[in-house]
Amino acid sequence: MLRYALKRLMSLLISLAVASVVIFAVIEVAPGDPASFMLGVNAQEDTLAALRAELGLDVSKVQRYFNWVGGMLVGDFGTSYTYRTPVSQMIADRLWVSLPLALYALTLSTLIAFPAGIYAAARRGKPGDLTVMGATQLGIAVPNFWFAMMLVLIFAINLRWFNAGGFAGWENGLWAGVHSLTLPAIALALPQAAILARVMRSSLLDVLGEDFMRTARAKGLSRRQALWRHGVRNALIPVLTIIGLQFSFLLAGSIIIEQVFYLPGLGRLVFQAISARDLIVVESVVMLLVFAVITVNFLVDLAYAAVDPRLRSRT
Amino acid sequence: MSLLQIENLSLTIHGADILKRVSLSIASGQIVAVTGESGSGKSMTALAVMQLLPNGADAAGAIQLEGKDLLNVPEAEMCALRGASIGMVFQEPMTALNPVKTIGDQVMETILIHKAMPRAQAQERAQEVLTRVGLPPDRFPLSRYPHELSGGQRQRVVIAMAIALRPKLLIADEPTTALDVTTQAQILELLKGLVTEYGMGLLMITHDLAVVADIADRIVVMRYGEVVESGATVDLMRNMQHPYTRMLFAASGHQVTLPASPAPSPLLEVRHVVRDYRLPRKRLFDTPGHHRAVNDVTFTLNRGERLGLVGESGCGKSTLTRSILGIDDVQAGEIRLDGEPVFSGHKPNPAVRRKMQVVFQDPYGSFNPRHRVFRLITEPFHLLEKPPTGSERQDRIAEMLTAVGLSPDDADKYIHEFSGGQRQRIAIARALMIRPDLILFDEAVSALDVSVRAQILDLLAELCATYDLTYLFISHDLSVVRTITDRVMVMQAGKIVEQGETEQVFSYPQHPYTRTLIEAAPILPDIGVTIENTLN
Repeated sequence: MLRYALKRLMSLLISLAVASVVIFAVIEVAPGDPASFMLGVNAQEDTLAALRAELGLDVSKVQRYFNWVGGMLVGDFGTSYTYRTPVSQMIADRLWVSLPLALYALTLSTLIAFPAGIYAAARRGKPGDLTVMGATQLGIAVPNFWFAMMLVLIFAINLRWFNAGGFAGWENGLWAGVHSLTLPAIALALPQAAILARVMRSSLLDVLGEDFMRTARAKGLSRRQALWRHGVRNALIPVLTIIGLQFSFLLAGSIIIEQVFYLPGLGRLVFQAISARDLIVVESVVMLLVFAVITVNFLVDLAYAAVDPRLRSRT
Repeated sequence: MSLLQIENLSLTIHGADILKRVSLSIASGQIVAVTGESGSGKSMTALAVMQLLPNGADAAGAIQLEGKDLLNVPEAEMCALRGASIGMVFQEPMTALNPVKTIGDQVMETILIHKAMPRAQAQERAQEVLTRVGLPPDRFPLSRYPHELSGGQRQRVVIAMAIALRPKLLIADEPTTALDVTTQAQILELLKGLVTEYGMGLLMITHDLAVVADIADRIVVMRYGEVVESGATVDLMRNMQHPYTRMLFAASGHQVTLPASPAPSPLLEVRHVVRDYRLPRKRLFDTPGHHRAVNDVTFTLNRGERLGLVGESGCGKSTLTRSILGIDDVQAGEIRLDGEPVFSGHKPNPAVRRKMQVVFQDPYGSFNPRHRVFRLITEPFHLLEKPPTGSERQDRIAEMLTAVGLSPDDADKYIHEFSGGQRQRIAIARALMIRPDLILFDEAVSALDVSVRAQILDLLAELCATYDLTYLFISHDLSVVRTITDRVMVMQAGKIVEQGETEQVFSYPQHPYTRTLIEAAPILPDIGVTIENTLN
């Protein structure tokens, strides 16, 4: 198990190194000089040079790459070209919204999807299954911003249980933060839950057809006991894969939902940084997301091994 | 009173008749074998006793276990009976165990769901049972996972689960079909021992008549969901009433007469071939180890000769086949066909490749279901530089389909319209299409029912006469190899340990391993007489 984990960790580090080179290279070849963009077309040549030196743009590309990576390792992501504030601070502020939101949505989607998928699989072809499958069909088809608007209409405007938007901030207590993230989290979670429930169902149905399920029944386990004791854990592998992918998506892909609910999240930060050609911010956020995705995949790999002993012994 | 009494059991699944008025009975300490070909309903009979029938099944009649009619027992009570009063062993040991749970947990589960007892006590019981089936905890700790065991060992775990609570009735559905002959012999011995020791009744489902003859007290022969004949083993084998029973026994030991092979002139020459597989590194910067699957194999196959290759799973038969076909390169040695190397500079040699064809085991998996037969069987044409076209092509298709006993009209059909035996004929037609010098049959009749197998063997004998076939026949089934080959090689752990004239090797095996194999293979003992003599 330890060797498996170390191997996965190695591949994580290699992926990160490769990703950092690629991101740096791609953003470097993007046309446009941040200094002249910031100072406008009429800027003096010496002012530009001074600004380039200040931004660290006057050294070789290799040097800049190592400055960038070295800085990130100690938490220094550089200074935003447009806001002139440390990028690390900007990202940290946004991450305090986006990360809890993603985790919240993922938890909700798992809590909805697991029971729904297991319920549907256990009642394959019966009304319960058809109802759940119909609901998930709808969940996938309807865009989440529409869900978001409906949630606002019902729970914020009519019932007044929640605020229609904005983030209360964690400094006002845990409850205030969770409360203001609830509607966005639900809006994000529903489509994800619909996908996850379908994956759970089909994966479980595959497992239910396996020989060892029949063996379990022959031992005297009831249908339900066999499903819970032997089915669910075996069905988890594909489900874990999807959960990993969904988390990565939720972290940065929630830009529309952030807009609907006026949340200061990472998605909005990237959007603004791209519009303002604030390359250092874009670079840093992209690197952070890559880091998150790769780390999540690493955790999913560890989860695979926890679920399936065959992976532990295979090196 | 008998332990299990099945009376007039009829079964429909979604309206289709599966079983028709099946009756049989088993007494305690008795072994009853239900035999028949695929689709005869023998497995469904077993599942009906377990009440584990597929959805849409509707059973009528009576299944009495010690006077209790299982067809009328509520599901909750049935759960209490399964595992405790009736145990079941399945065919596929590789998939019958949950891969994510330890063998200890799985054996203990049978005990714990039926009997309230502390875990430690259940664990002790599990250890006892596993020891009884030949997996002592000092060598096979309870913490092992199924993937750490061989097929035979897994089957022992499945048996341990089934007998943990000493059920009165044990049902074994093809328990040894997926195992090697030597493992099969051990598992059969174990089952027989358990029946004697525990006084269980054993309902054994098997298609293998030699196994039946070896183990059963009574035989029940089924066809199309009906019992055609039943009786005590010795009586039934001495005096078969039903023509189907006679046909089954005759087909099981079916013999063919091959035409004489021509004077030896080498076609395939295999010289000191070594095939290694790389093993995963043990440590990060270790040099990876190797598994030698084929170890210094040398043999010659003469033109017009029919050569057999036998051995147990994992002995390197398939690896050798792949190398001969030019699918995998070898690490040392050389393979030549008609004087030309199969590999020229680590690349398969197309000139050699078009002189060889192969027929695989699985008649269901080896065809693309979306292609029509004419396209399937003309696939080998892509190996030719100038494949026949137009009417020549049509003639060849018609000729080959006729040669394998099908009709030229079958060319426009899809593969799902054919039975397993017909598919194997199509596979042979595909192999013959380019008139190869050499055909490899890789377990080509192993998946077929005995009656179909007999027909395919006849077909091969006919084709040998018409087309002067040269082939390498790879099989684990000794009785088939004995009749369909002139010479045979015995392979063990990557090496050819014995080769010679087929009859000579089977009658006077020299190598201890060959003797083990031949002794382990069950035979139809018409009171001590071997298969072929039963027929004459």
